Amino acid sequence: MTTPAGLLLVLAVLLPFTGVLLGLVLGGRHAQRVAWVTILLGIGIVLAITRVLLNSGASLVYLLGGWAPPLGVALRADGLSVCMMLVVALVVGAVGVYANGDFGTPAGQSEARAPLAFWLLLLAVWGSLNLVFVSGDIFTLYVALELLTFAGVPLVALDGRAETLQAALRYLVYALLGSMFYLLGTFLLYGAYGTLDIALLAARVGSQPVTWMAAALMTAGLLAKTALFPLHLWLPPAHAGAPAAASALLSALVIKGAWFLVVRLWVDVFAGIVTLPAAQLLAALGASAIIVGNIVALRQARLKLLIAYSTVAQIGYLFLMFPLVQALNAMRLDTAAAVTGGVLQAISHATAKAAMFMAAGLIYSTLGHDRMADLRGAGRALPMTITAFALAGASLIGLPPSGGFLAKWLLLSAAIATAQWWWVLVMLVGGLLTSAYVFMVVVRAMAPAAPGWSPKKQVPGYQQAAVLGLALCSFLLGLAALLPVDMAQIGRTVAPLVGSP
Amino acid sequence: MNAPTLFGLCAAVLVGLGLYGLIVHPQPLRKVLSFNLIGSGVFLVCAVIARRGAAAGVGGDPVPQALLITAIVVAFAASALAVALMLRQCDETGSNSLSSDPGPAPAKPPADGEA
Repeated sequence: MTTPAGLLLVLAVLLPFTGVLLGLVLGGRHAQRVAWVTILLGIGIVLAITRVLLNSGASLVYLLGGWAPPLGVALRADGLSVCMMLVVALVVGAVGVYANGDFGTPAGQSEARAPLAFWLLLLAVWGSLNLVFVSGDIFTLYVALELLTFAGVPLVALDGRAETLQAALRYLVYALLGSMFYLLGTFLLYGAYGTLDIALLAARVGSQPVTWMAAALMTAGLLAKTALFPLHLWLPPAHAGAPAAASALLSALVIKGAWFLVVRLWVDVFAGIVTLPAAQLLAALGASAIIVGNIVALRQARLKLLIAYSTVAQIGYLFLMFPLVQALNAMRLDTAAAVTGGVLQAISHATAKAAMFMAAGLIYSTLGHDRMADLRGAGRALPMTITAFALAGASLIGLPPSGGFLAKWLLLSAAIATAQWWWVLVMLVGGLLTSAYVFMVVVRAMAPAAPGWSPKKQVPGYQQAAVLGLALCSFLLGLAALLPVDMAQIGRTVAPLVGSP
Repeated sequence: MNAPTLFGLCAAVLVGLGLYGLIVHPQPLRKVLSFNLIGSGVFLVCAVIARRGAAAGVGGDPVPQALLITAIVVAFAASALAVALMLRQCDETGSNSLSSDPGPAPAKPPADGEA
């Protein structure tokens, strides 16, 4: 049944795309204004959805055309989706404020193509992510994922330099291969069980070769899009080469779309049939990502590449939740801690990494370069930005009271409860390595500038404030432990839609 | 061997050929063509499922057909995006390879002539 206010879900998806079309038609300097109106309205819609969810304590559902799932398509938003929608709205808002400086079109200047493309793609990324979060069937998820890819790839090549074009092409090849695997899995599942709806599939899937095949194909495809360890090669050049605002979107949000889908599949659809060894394999890849990503990050000579490799490592943490969920399930314990821990990790990484990339962008425009060896003077010229970088870094390391701390605490306690001590070890080593490169950047940036040095460019205060605000959100996210409800768990008991009142 | 098995095997061969091409060739154009080959294989699987799932009296299950049309449109859009990026890269650099060493650029014209 369509719940009251279910229409809000449709609006959350349609509004950004309406903005894209309107901005494209009006063009030029209007695109920025259209984007801003859309962002403000969109944040309002997401807040309204959150209110309805908290008040009713159940998922929001909208049946397209009034047709129930075996025939029609349902949009569904549970606590997980709404948490992700909230953080996406927050990051999009902050990136929008930051991008006013880099992609604004002041009155005297002629219009350029890059700002128009940026504002439209910003809205497109937002709309497709919202679709990923509210889709109730696996084929709509495929379409949403492709929309996300088509919005993400041009963001990489926004400045049109040869190496970013090459990075974008490489990203596209990985993403297309991933989506083909995902599509093949979808078709196999439809062929075997005759439905695409997530709730119905969860009730029907059985342990048989075709399901394992579909699960393996879909997961492998999504791992290529998330850039988990052996498939991460496209990520650093793509994320480090893009303009700072675009890197923030790509690193904080775009990869989370595919990750969210893995969670949907493993926790909702295939919960009954995935085995602990399979989940262990996924987490082992995550653990390798943490170790390799962090060590390679330590050896980078450029700040943006360092942050990109740190993303490779942080993606690893997102996959540590799967064996924990599986083991808790097997022991008939509540999986809430592991699931909430994973989602919190995604949220705190999204805010922290967006803040870090934008801080790197400000450092770049102040110093004229982002070479690690020569960050002197950045702390003097940009005190707010370096503070933001340090706070975001603290969240990545997992210092209290940051969001990263709470996420790692939940994951650690789940790992100890299920006697999987090796993940504890990985998380601790990862935290140490992360702290090494965060301190390296902060210490070098705090060194006094060479005598007679002056900033290449004065960055506007609102850009610095946007970065600091986002970093503060990430740093204070740990206080979410004080909230009375665990929002991520609302509406998590997946029941088939048919036959339920 | 019945028809669905035959078509299923054809699909597997297409996907296999496409995967091989995608991994082996560094030129993006060949990668995009290989991607389309994989796509054809996957679409063939879907068509087989549509035919097999047909209820009595209906030519084919309509849901996979609808999915198939959507998927073909998406794959077409993806190829178009890839080609646009490729053309732009060719304008910028004069070469079209995804391998990171700039070596093969001068060796390209004879290779083109062969093809």
